[in-house]
Amino acid sequence: MFTSTMFASILPEILILVIGLLILVVEPFWKEEKRRNVGWLTAGGLLGAMVISLIFARPGEPISTLGGMVRFDWLGFFFKMLFMFAGAATALLLMDNEKVGHRGEGYLLLLASLIGMNLMAASADLVMLYLAIETASIPLYVLAGFLLADDRSTEAGFKYLLFGALTSTVMLYGFSLLFGFAGTTDLYQLAGMLRTGDLSLVTAFGVLALILVGIGFKVSIVPFHFWAPDVYEGSPTPVAGFLSTASKAAGFAVLTRLFIVSFPDLAPSWTAVLAVLAAITMTVGNLLALPQTNIKRLLAFSSVAHAGYVLIGVIALTQLGVASVVFYLAAYILTNLLAFGIVMAFSRVTGLEDITDYAGMSRRNPGLALMMLAAFLSLAGMPPFGGFVAKVVVFAAGIQAGYVWLVVIGIINSVIGVYFYLNVLKYVYLYRMPDQDEEKHPVPLTPPYTIALAVLVFGVILIGTLFAPWFSWSDAAALNLF
Amino acid sequence: MNFPFLSVITFTPLVAALLILLLPAQRKNEARAVALGAAVIALLLSFCVYFNYDQAAGGYQFIEKYNWLPALGISLYFGVDGMSTPLVLLTGVVMFTGVLISWGDDDKRVMAGIQDRPREFFAFLFILAWGVFGVFVSLDLFMLFFFYEIAVFPMYLLIAIWGWVVTREYAAMKLTLYLFLGSVISLVGVLIMYWVQYQNTGVLSFDMLEMEKAGFSQTFQNIWFLPVFLGFAVLGGIWPFHNWSPDGHVAAPTAVSMFHAGVLMKLGAFAALRVGIMLLPQGAVTWKWLIMFFAAVAVVYGAYIAFVQTDFKYMVGFSSVSHMGLVMLGFSTLNREGLLGSGLQMFSHGVMTALFFAVVGMIYDRAHTRQIPELGGMNKVMSFAAIGFIIGGLVSMGMPGFSGFVAEFPIFLGVWREQWLVAVISSISIVITAAYIMRNIRQVFFSDLPEKLDGHLTDVTVLDKVAITTLCLFMILIGLFPGFMVPMVETGVENILRLLGGT
Repeated sequence: MFTSTMFASILPEILILVIGLLILVVEPFWKEEKRRNVGWLTAGGLLGAMVISLIFARPGEPISTLGGMVRFDWLGFFFKMLFMFAGAATALLLMDNEKVGHRGEGYLLLLASLIGMNLMAASADLVMLYLAIETASIPLYVLAGFLLADDRSTEAGFKYLLFGALTSTVMLYGFSLLFGFAGTTDLYQLAGMLRTGDLSLVTAFGVLALILVGIGFKVSIVPFHFWAPDVYEGSPTPVAGFLSTASKAAGFAVLTRLFIVSFPDLAPSWTAVLAVLAAITMTVGNLLALPQTNIKRLLAFSSVAHAGYVLIGVIALTQLGVASVVFYLAAYILTNLLAFGIVMAFSRVTGLEDITDYAGMSRRNPGLALMMLAAFLSLAGMPPFGGFVAKVVVFAAGIQAGYVWLVVIGIINSVIGVYFYLNVLKYVYLYRMPDQDEEKHPVPLTPPYTIALAVLVFGVILIGTLFAPWFSWSDAAALNLF
Repeated sequence: MNFPFLSVITFTPLVAALLILLLPAQRKNEARAVALGAAVIALLLSFCVYFNYDQAAGGYQFIEKYNWLPALGISLYFGVDGMSTPLVLLTGVVMFTGVLISWGDDDKRVMAGIQDRPREFFAFLFILAWGVFGVFVSLDLFMLFFFYEIAVFPMYLLIAIWGWVVTREYAAMKLTLYLFLGSVISLVGVLIMYWVQYQNTGVLSFDMLEMEKAGFSQTFQNIWFLPVFLGFAVLGGIWPFHNWSPDGHVAAPTAVSMFHAGVLMKLGAFAALRVGIMLLPQGAVTWKWLIMFFAAVAVVYGAYIAFVQTDFKYMVGFSSVSHMGLVMLGFSTLNREGLLGSGLQMFSHGVMTALFFAVVGMIYDRAHTRQIPELGGMNKVMSFAAIGFIIGGLVSMGMPGFSGFVAEFPIFLGVWREQWLVAVISSISIVITAAYIMRNIRQVFFSDLPEKLDGHLTDVTVLDKVAITTLCLFMILIGLFPGFMVPMVETGVENILRLLGGT
């Protein structure tokens, strides 16, 4: 019996599929030079799908549907909206990337990956979860290596594939052990089964560690972060932006749901492990970002560091903790997409990606420089941008849960972060081009960039000033886990 | 009060900054005009607040409260008391004069003011002013913190982009990291206070007036007072964390030095008072001797280092450390006289040091050197600036008849009541200050004009004169008529003493 709740619970995914099919039908009939417009179709379609979902598919009481495969609740829904927004922004940013955006396949892969991510955020069953993770990952492997003529891109795709395949296999092994011990694959029944069963702590811990490998790869926490800099550097910039935001947030969606819902009894052991990992992740990410000369590698290490901050909210194990994770990810998605969008816009005109190449940018395009200011200060956690509130809320959750030492490590790290983020802004605002002839080297923006970047920068400021509605949504989402 | 004075004052700079950013880059004069307009509005409104503050009633007035994030107890909660009202006025004055000083001149006869990208300069300066106003009027701890951080980061850009080429990158980064580290350490303390309050009272709120009643235990206060107080006091230039301050002052462009020394350092002192002493009063009692020691060292050491400087701007920078040490010294007494003196000193030093930096900036723009031995005879070309500097110097020395005396005398009185020895030692600074101020006035303004400079110098502009006059008027007004400000600050001091429980 297929009820309307079942339909509503996967309406966003159905709509994404429709967009994808539409692209498949329409694109071959368009002329070569018009195929870039698939980007408009994708972005517009995703925004339309968001609106339709917001109207017709809003969750009520949390409920497992489709035979216990999918959880229909605000946590999943909020993440789905975030992913689709990130997808729409990425589609716009792809449009003027000639090698990816002028063909339909890129957009199609993006949409396929989005379906997987949406299901990751909503899955309530180990089988569904694994399928979703693979659906999200495989298109991204292809997208990362999309530039066949570029060795670095090929390397990025291959590296991402190898790491991804390995870690997901390890995770799958963890899942199968879990099924063997608990006798169920339903996330919401696992807790009860593990409680009644006589699972020794060591065994449970081993299983958790195996699962953590897979998720740790997705969210790039140390020591599963090695792929991030190389893959970000090699893949097409908008794809790197998508990897560092939506893909990472999807990993966190799984992490929060799986660990909080399914392993409440084992919390003391896995929070201890995650707390140590969070501290190491923050520190390694920030310290390794210091010597970077390539802006995409810098952003890669910064995104590793940010994963560490988010982990503080996860291990707080409170409603505020989960709310802070959701809020942080929302702010982070907007900010990092903005940062990668700017990098894309800049390198499209100049073809350069080193930090030193940004010298004189405030004279070449003052507006773009201001956006970069907003993005990097938000990453550094400065008001009035989203990053500040997000950081304060995460730290507040950490302190509430008694992790003062972890928060202290967090703040020391954020000071290191301020140093290298400001260092980039120094090139943008202070240094000049070798011949001081910035007027002759403007950095023009095409309409898709203007729209995407303006929306993102507006969002970054909005989430940092009028944070009440965002926090209420995050809180509503968090409520579903407790 | 129906008119929302405080929120209008606070958000005027922000609106102005956005308007300026919307202007096209080449419309430099329009950017300056918008900046001046906003500064005048903010100044007039802060006058309104100052004169409409009911001193008989005391307490927090002009209260506005808007729920911002009820789930976490964050609200946009504005109000001023006798301590913060003068500081709001101070910010208005420094903002106004700062804009006048940085006006700039597009045909480049004089390299004064800001010629390079004035649009961005004024926008960042006003975002800074937004944060400063916000800190002074916020009664919500989260918002105080929010504005505090806003006041910190534009400094980096302002110094790094428009500062003195030689040291600006180093100084700007050093300043930002120092201040950010201090503020995040305070943040940890603040968040812990927030949760302990929740445990004690069951109220989830960042409202500082509620937090005053949270009943933090003695042990808790002893542990957390020092991180919170010192974290903020870093921005107040407290020894031994003052090192960023002279470097920052020297590297900053004139208007930013004025803002930095005149207002921002007060921001640190004020936040240390507001959050450290007023929310954790018992902790303050425990640690007052340490604070007093730090402050006394800052007072004497700062003055001595200022004495040996040959760079004019470094001299003023270290004199700021010395004078801000006096503010902290007053705080550490925790008695009526000391706190009153600190409140007055914050205003007096703000105006005085803004004037100092303005004059130093004017001289440097014309003579292109700040080495005191290379300067001389400035009185012949810019007598107006000379008069301004002399008045500032007299304030700095604590000469009766000027605001410095009104402020410093109660501080020493208060210190004497606590420990006479500290008062004696720190009063040495007055002698040293007098020595270096007199020496420099003689050398820079009254000795012979060096041949190298002869004929190259021009008088200060009309706008500069307006700025100097405004600043001087306040110093003389308070000196001759202390009733202008003393009763106001007293109402604020009453409030602090109440929290300290009559000590």
